[in-house]
Amino acid sequence: MDISNFIIMKHELLLTIATLILLIAEIAIDNKKKIIPFAVGLFGLHTIYGFFGNVSGEIFGGMYQNSVLIILMKNILNIGVFIILLQASTWLLKEENKARISEFFILLFSTLIGMNFMISSGDFLMFYLGLELATIPMAALVAYNTDDAKSSESALKLIMSAAFSSAVMLFGVSLMYGQFGSLYFADLLAVDMSAPVTILAFIMFISGLAFKISLVPFHFWTADVYEGAPTNVTSYLSVISKGAAVFIFSILLFTVFKSLVSVWSDILYILAVLTMTIGNLFAIRQSNIKRFLAFSSVAQAGFILLGLLGTNELGMATVIYFVLIYVFTNLAAFGVVAAVENATNKVEISDYDGLYHTNPNMSLLMMMALFSLAGIPPLAGFFGKFFLFTAAAQNGYFWLILIAVINVTISLYYYLMVVKAMFINKNDNPIERIENNLYTKASFIICLVGIFVLGFYSSIFEYINSVSIGL
Amino acid sequence: MDILTSLIIIPILTVIALLLVKDLKQVRLISAIGMFIELIQSIRLVFMYMAERASGNNAEMVFQKSYQWFESINIQYNVGVDGIAVVMILLTGIIIFTGVFASWKVTYLSKEFFISLIILSTGVFGFFISLDLFTLFLFYEVAVLPMYLLIGIWGTGKKEYSAMKLTLMLMGGSAFLLVGLLGIYMNSAPEGAPLTYNILEIAKHSMPIEAQRFFFPLTFVGFGVLGALFPFHTWSPDGHASAPTAVSMLHAGVLMKLGGYGALRVAMYLMPEAANEMGWIFIILTGISVIYGALGAIVQTDLKYINAYSSVSHCGLVLFAVLMINKTSFNGAILQMLSHGLMTAMFFALIGMIYGRAGTRDIRKLGGLMKVMPFLAVMYVIAGLASLGLPGLSGFVAEMTIFVGAFQHADIFHRIATIVAVSSIVVTAVYILRVVGKILFGPIINEDHAKLTDAVWHEKLPLIVLLIAIVGMGVAPLWLSNLILDSLQPIVDKLVIAAN
Repeated sequence: MDISNFIIMKHELLLTIATLILLIAEIAIDNKKKIIPFAVGLFGLHTIYGFFGNVSGEIFGGMYQNSVLIILMKNILNIGVFIILLQASTWLLKEENKARISEFFILLFSTLIGMNFMISSGDFLMFYLGLELATIPMAALVAYNTDDAKSSESALKLIMSAAFSSAVMLFGVSLMYGQFGSLYFADLLAVDMSAPVTILAFIMFISGLAFKISLVPFHFWTADVYEGAPTNVTSYLSVISKGAAVFIFSILLFTVFKSLVSVWSDILYILAVLTMTIGNLFAIRQSNIKRFLAFSSVAQAGFILLGLLGTNELGMATVIYFVLIYVFTNLAAFGVVAAVENATNKVEISDYDGLYHTNPNMSLLMMMALFSLAGIPPLAGFFGKFFLFTAAAQNGYFWLILIAVINVTISLYYYLMVVKAMFINKNDNPIERIENNLYTKASFIICLVGIFVLGFYSSIFEYINSVSIGL
Repeated sequence: MDILTSLIIIPILTVIALLLVKDLKQVRLISAIGMFIELIQSIRLVFMYMAERASGNNAEMVFQKSYQWFESINIQYNVGVDGIAVVMILLTGIIIFTGVFASWKVTYLSKEFFISLIILSTGVFGFFISLDLFTLFLFYEVAVLPMYLLIGIWGTGKKEYSAMKLTLMLMGGSAFLLVGLLGIYMNSAPEGAPLTYNILEIAKHSMPIEAQRFFFPLTFVGFGVLGALFPFHTWSPDGHASAPTAVSMLHAGVLMKLGGYGALRVAMYLMPEAANEMGWIFIILTGISVIYGALGAIVQTDLKYINAYSSVSHCGLVLFAVLMINKTSFNGAILQMLSHGLMTAMFFALIGMIYGRAGTRDIRKLGGLMKVMPFLAVMYVIAGLASLGLPGLSGFVAEMTIFVGAFQHADIFHRIATIVAVSSIVVTAVYILRVVGKILFGPIINEDHAKLTDAVWHEKLPLIVLLIAIVGMGVAPLWLSNLILDSLQPIVDKLVIAAN
C-alpha cells in the first residue's frame, strides 16, 4: 500500500480538507457574511468533483471499501447537502446567527464525513465510527438555536435516543463478534448464520439502524426532534441522515446478511406495515407543518422497505432511485417551510391559508413537492413509488403492496389538506409576500427540475440499475 | 410527429402557452384555439383511421409507435389505436372543446382554471392512445388529480368535502388498479421470457388462472370506481354537483368512460377466464347501479344531482354491457359511452347556463323557462329525450344494442339481470319528463326569472356542436358501429374461447 491508495478515500479526504479550510477561514475572514458564499462554493466544487476521477477498491485491509455504487450514494448525499446549504443562507444571515456561521458548515461537513465513512465501511468498527461521527455533531447542529429551549431539548432527545440505539446496536455487534471472531464484512459472508444467537444479534443490530431511519416502533424521537431543530437542520436530518442510513442498511442486508434473507424479509414486512400505517395516521393529526413533514417522512421510510423486499439488484436500484427523488422532493417541501419560517416565524398549517394569493411560486413548488411525495404522476415521486412496488411484486408481496397503496391514498388526504390550505382556504391575514434571496431561489429551481426530470429521464434509473448489478 | 403523439403534445403546448399570458381574453383565446386544433386532430384521426382500414391494414392496432423508455423494467412509450379508441378520442375532442366554451364565464383565477382543465384532458387523451399499461396508468392518474383543484377552488356548494371525497375515492380505486396492473405485469409472459406491460403482448399469453382470480377483481373494481360501480359510486353525485360546469361535463362525459374502457380493454381482455368465472358478481353490482342510479335521480331536487344519479345509472349500463361478453353488447357498451358522454355533457352545460342565470338549481324554484329562454329549453328537451332513449337520438341506439346483446344469453340469471336493467328505461323516462315538465313548462314561479335572457354565442356554439353529434349518432349509427365492430373481434374472440 502506498500513498496513492488514499485516493480511494477521495470524498472523505476532500471534505476533511474543506472543513479545515473553513476553520482557517473563520479566523481569516472578518466579515462573517462572506463565509456563506465561500463555504457554499467550496462544497459546490466538492460536489462536482465527486463525480469525476473516482477509484473503486479497498484499503486498510478491507476496513474501508469503495465501489461505483457507493460513490453514487455519496454523490446523491452531496447533492442533497448542497441544496440544504443554499437554503440555509437566509437563516444563517439572521442577526442571532451571524457570529456563528462557520460553525454550522464545520459541524455539517463533519457529520457528512461520518456518513461517508459509514457507507464505505468494510467492517463493523468502521461502521460504528462513521455512525458516531455522523451523530454527535448532528446533536450540536440541532441545538444551534442557543436561545431557544426547544432546540436544546431536541438536541438532548436526539443524543439520548442515539446513544440508546447505539448501545443496542453494539450489543448486537458484540454478539456477532463473540461467535465469529471477526468484525470484517468479508469474513462474515462466509459463515453460517443460522444459529438463533446470530439471529438475535442481527435483530439487535437492525433495531439500532431502524432508529436512524425512524421506522415504527423506533420513531418516537422523530417528530419532537424535527419540530425543535432549526428547519434547515430538520431537512438535513430527514433527508441526508435518513438517506445515508437507508444506504448502509440496504448494503448490509444485501451483502453481509444475505444468508438471513428469509429472516429479514419477515421483519421488514412487519416493519413496513407498521411504519407506513402509523406514520400516516399520525401525520393526519398534526397541525404543525414540521411535525407533519416528520410523520410524512416516517411513512415514506415504510415505502422504502418495500423496495428492499425485492431482495435483488432491482430492489437495490429502486431504493437508491427513490432516495434520490426523495432528496429533491422533501428538500423542496422543507425549503418552502424554512423560507416561510425564517421570514415570519409561522409553522402552523393553518398559517398557510391563502398562501397562493401572496406567494404563488412557493405555493406551486410546495404543491409539486407534496404531490410528488404522494406519488402523483407525472412527478418523479410516482416513478419512485411505482418502481418500489414493482420490486416488491417480484417476490409476490401483493398483499403488502395493497396495504401500501391504501396508505398512499391515506397520505394523499393529508398532503391535500396542505394544498387545500394554500389554494382553497380563505384568509384575511395571509402570510405576506416573501422575497427570497438568490441562494434560496437557486435551490428551489434545482428541486423543481429534479421533481420533473428524475422521473421522465429514464437514463437515470437505468444508470442506477446498471450500477446496482455490480453490488 | 405522428398523429397520436400530437394529441398529447397539443394540450401540453397549450398549457405552456397559457403559463406565459396573464390577460383573461388571451387565456380564453389560447384555450379555445388549442382545443380547436385538438378537435380537428381528433376528427382527422377518424378519417385517417378509416382510410387506413380501407387500404387493407388489418392489424389490431394502427398508427403504432413505440419507444423504449425504462429498459430494465421493459416500460415503453407505446401508442396505437383501434376503432374503439378512435371514437373515444373523438368524443373527448368534442367535449373538451365545448367545455372550454362552457367555461367562458370563469374569471376567478381563470388562467389556473384552464391550465388544470387542459392538463386533465391531456391525461384522458393519453389514456386512450396508450398500449402500455404503465403509461396507461400514468395518464389515468394525471386525469384524476386536477379534479381536486378544479372542484375545490371553482366549485359550488360543499365543494371542499366533495373534492376530497371524489379525489380520495378515485385514487383509492387507482390503488387497487395499481396492484392489479403489477399483478398482470408479473404474469405477463411465460416462464423465462421477459415481462412486459404491452397490452398486445400480454393478450397473446394467457395468465395463470390463480393469478387471474386474484387480480381480475382488483383491476375491475379499480376501473369500476371511476365507472361508478355500486357501491363505489358515492363520489359521483357529490362530485358532479359541486364541480364547475366544464368539469362536470368532462368528468361525466369522458372521465367516467375511462372506467368502462379500461374494464373492457384491460380487465376483461387480459384476464378472460376470470372474467367469465367472476362476471356474475359484477353483473349483480352493475344491475344495482343501473336501478339505484335511476331511482336516486327521481327523488333529487337539484338539477345537477339528478343528472349525476342518472350518470351512475347510464355508466352502470356500460359496465353491465361490458360484462355480457358478446359482440353486440360490447358494441352497445361503446355506443352507450359515446351517447352518454355527449348527452350528459350537454345536460351539464345547460344546467350551468340555467344556474348562471337563475342562481338556483332547485327544480322547485324553477318554472316556465320555455317562455324565458326558449333556445336553452329546447336543447334541454332534446338532451332529455336522448337520455330516455327516443329513437332517432343517440341514446336509443346505444341502449337498444346493449339489451339485444344481453338478451342473447339464454340462461335465467342473465335474463333476469337484463329485464331488471331494461326496467331502468321506464324510471329514466319518469325523472326526465318530471324535470322537463316542472322547470320548462308550467307557470313562471319566480317573477325575477321572467327577465332572464337566452343563450349568447359562446353558449350556443358548444350546444350546437353537441346537438349535431347526438343527432348524427342517432340517425347514422351504422357508421359508428362499423368503426367499432372490427376492433371488438379480438377481444370477443379471447373472451369466448375462455368461456368454453
